[in-house]
Amino acid sequence: MIRFLLRRTATMAVTLLIISALVFFIIKLPPGDFLTNQIAELRAQGESASIAKAEFLIRQYGLDKPAWQQYLVWLGVMPGPNGFSGLLQGDWGWSFEYDKPVVDVVGDALWLTLLVNFAVVIFIHLIAIPIAIYSATRQYSVGDYIATFIGYIGLATPSFLLALILLYYMNRWFGISIGGLYDPQYAGESWTWAKVQSLLSHLVVPTVVIGLGGTAAMIRRMRANLLDELGKQYYVTAKAKGLGPTKALLKYPFRMSLNPFIADIGNLLPQLVSGSVLVSLVLSLPTVGPILLSALKSQDQFLAGFILMFVAVLTVVGMLVSDLLLAWLDPRIRMGGAR
Amino acid sequence: MEAPILSVRQLTVDFSTDAGNFRAVDGLTFDIPKGKTVALVGESGSGKSVTAQAILQILSKKARITNGSLLFNDPSNGGSIDIAALPAESDAMHSLRGGRIAMIFQEPMTSLSPLHTIGDQISEALMIHADVDQATANQRTMDVLERVGFPDPKRALKTYPFELSGGLRQRAMIAMALITRPALLIADEPTTALDVTTQAQILDLIKELQVETGMSVLLITHDLGVVANVADEVVVMYRGRIMEAGSREDIFRNAQHPYLQALMRAVPRFAMAEDERLTPIREVKSASLASIDAPQRVQPAGPILKVEHLTKSFSLRSGWFSGKAREIRAVSEVDLSLPAGKTLGLVGESGCGKTTVSKMIMRAITPNSGKVLFDDGSGPKDVHKLEGEALTTYRRSVQFIFQDPFSSLNPRMTVYELLTEPLRIHDIGTSDERYERVKHLLEMVGLDQGALRRYPHSFSGGQRQRLGIARALALEPRVLLCDEPVSALDVSVQAQVLNLLKDLQSALGLSYLFVSHNLAVVDYIADTIAVMCRGYIVEEAPKSSLFRNPVHPYTQALLAAVPDPDIDRPLDFTKLRTGGFSQPSAWPEPFRIEPGEFGVMKEIEPGHKVRMGRLPAREAA
Repeated sequence: MIRFLLRRTATMAVTLLIISALVFFIIKLPPGDFLTNQIAELRAQGESASIAKAEFLIRQYGLDKPAWQQYLVWLGVMPGPNGFSGLLQGDWGWSFEYDKPVVDVVGDALWLTLLVNFAVVIFIHLIAIPIAIYSATRQYSVGDYIATFIGYIGLATPSFLLALILLYYMNRWFGISIGGLYDPQYAGESWTWAKVQSLLSHLVVPTVVIGLGGTAAMIRRMRANLLDELGKQYYVTAKAKGLGPTKALLKYPFRMSLNPFIADIGNLLPQLVSGSVLVSLVLSLPTVGPILLSALKSQDQFLAGFILMFVAVLTVVGMLVSDLLLAWLDPRIRMGGAR
Repeated sequence: MEAPILSVRQLTVDFSTDAGNFRAVDGLTFDIPKGKTVALVGESGSGKSVTAQAILQILSKKARITNGSLLFNDPSNGGSIDIAALPAESDAMHSLRGGRIAMIFQEPMTSLSPLHTIGDQISEALMIHADVDQATANQRTMDVLERVGFPDPKRALKTYPFELSGGLRQRAMIAMALITRPALLIADEPTTALDVTTQAQILDLIKELQVETGMSVLLITHDLGVVANVADEVVVMYRGRIMEAGSREDIFRNAQHPYLQALMRAVPRFAMAEDERLTPIREVKSASLASIDAPQRVQPAGPILKVEHLTKSFSLRSGWFSGKAREIRAVSEVDLSLPAGKTLGLVGESGCGKTTVSKMIMRAITPNSGKVLFDDGSGPKDVHKLEGEALTTYRRSVQFIFQDPFSSLNPRMTVYELLTEPLRIHDIGTSDERYERVKHLLEMVGLDQGALRRYPHSFSGGQRQRLGIARALALEPRVLLCDEPVSALDVSVQAQVLNLLKDLQSALGLSYLFVSHNLAVVDYIADTIAVMCRGYIVEEAPKSSLFRNPVHPYTQALLAAVPDPDIDRPLDFTKLRTGGFSQPSAWPEPFRIEPGEFGVMKEIEPGHKVRMGRLPAREAA
């Protein structure tokens, strides 16, 4: 077990190193960077004071150095203007666009993103699993067809459209302000109970909108998995023992059908961050997605690099978590090969 | 006379399918007397399993009991209850199911949940039906596990099914069924998936437990050998109806119904005469086989295929979290020789390495050491050193027939595409010539031309296996490797395919390596038989001398364990009870082989060789 963890940690570190290099060099691929673009713009306008500041920043962050040196400084394995100060040391860099440290830009957004998407995941599972069980156990019944139909509608509805419609009615019926994750009056305020309440009421629309497609997809997959398992012999055995239908179902085929979903956790975690950019833009949610988009557009390299690295870490950690969970839940994987 | 445990009267089960209604069981009437074993015999699709499911009301959703009664007389309280009238999910049915009537299934691997321990699954059966806490249930589980022959019941509680051998898994199933002390045990093909020695032990166990508990057994099987050994009464089913019913004596000594008589003639037996032919229930005539001329080819001077000192090990990782690898020797120093135009039978239980040998001959696996020599008349050549044109020629000369006719044919290809594929791969003939060739192949295996445009799913198991044979013959091979070609087939169909193989051999001059676990089948088709165990060839002899004078303890056990459909030749259960026949280190001297040793083959009479341990080697030295 310990050997396994050590081996996995080592491969994870190597994977992340490769990803960090890829991320950095892809961001640097287009010619220029945020500051040179800005300088060009300022020159056109002839504002020499700002140009001086921008040139100071270029030197400060070593943007005049070759890309590989910038990369190593960013990583924290080569001394920059402030000595060894990079990702490894916990210094996430400077956002030129916001003119703030990256940590201040993404700070609140990061955990709000996690919150929204965590709510989405819970929503998907709470809705999808019961419907999938219903529809699998009553295959080709009226209820199954209705669930399937609703599922297809869920898959086919454009989420931004649904978002706009829901926002309108939530505002009309419940007086909830349009967009954002809390009423505008709380912006910049500290976290009071009223602000939390506002947050919760604003969470409903994004959760439903982001979750709908996922719910529909999960119903389809879960139903198919469960149908496979329902045909298996061990389920007949359980029934032949005299087990009631519900208990027999939940203990045996249902548990088996969960495996693919656990294996999916690795994909789920990064999606929490990057999967809902479009909806976040439409709903003007203060989440990471829109920030990443604008950072990539304006070549704000440290900000974009940090967010992409964060997603990469989530992916790698998610894979480890799902592997460990699978081993814990499925003895065949835990003891595989040792027959 | 005492009332029977179960009286089945006019039982009718209908399936409603897209293609209309289908009557699987049609007016079935029979009794299961108290403390007796009734065998329900028939081919697949005869409705025997459906009958069992109807008794427990675990029929699939498409099936319904449309008529008749299932009167269950519970000896424990004297009550009598009509199961057919109970709703499937009623409390009364739940308490009967698993409580008073228990069932064991054919495939012990898939019948147990792989995610739960044996202990959990067995104690659950008790806790559903008796008001006991987990500790008591665990204790009872250990008792019953010990009774069914688990060496360490305490450890077994925490064991998962995939950690056990097939035999132990089936024992666990039996424990699960018997922990509630049911009045009736339904055993649906309980030993079909097991090796013969294990089969004999499981049958013995069921018999013993029956004597102990006084329960009745409904045994569902297609194996007349099993029936002859354990049944008191026999019910023969065909297409949902009873063809014949009676005591075992009546059925075996005095079969009346033509169907039953035909079924008896279709089973290979040990006592068959040298040139006696099996009579399949539905004979298939091959139109062109009699008139065919064997292709004129140079015959090799020696054997066409020779295997020398073949050894193969596999390394296994022993677990997910540990990186340690274990070496398993699957094949140890195997020597075989297949004379041209003859059949070499390779017999052994599952996991003995027989399939690995055939794959190495095919060059699908590379051996660690040893040689496979093929001689097409130009002298023996090492198969694993062939390259380019010579390798292509070899591939064409040696073809494979697979065990499972269902998964070995691509369901998305028509018969025409399937049969021409080998020709296309080897780029033989124009499309007109290929068409002629395929038509000819179908005739040879007794299928008509209408089959060409159909897909495999529209054929029965036996027909598919004949398609598999036709495909193997497409390239005019000289050697066919048959890996359990009939073990997935019904007895009636089995006879058909065996006869076809025999006819093809004499018409085309083919040589067969016939791999099987079924001694009777190998006896019917092979000229020479090699017995394999744990990667060793333990005995090799012409078939007459092997069956007349089996020398090796493993061969003797294997022969003793085959149930013969002849009630005058019952199984000797006491002899088989000891076990350990397949442990080379447990064989008595001079056969004992310590781990890491190979032993030596010694010729005891012309052509009859037996593997000895180190003793004779020392004598020789």
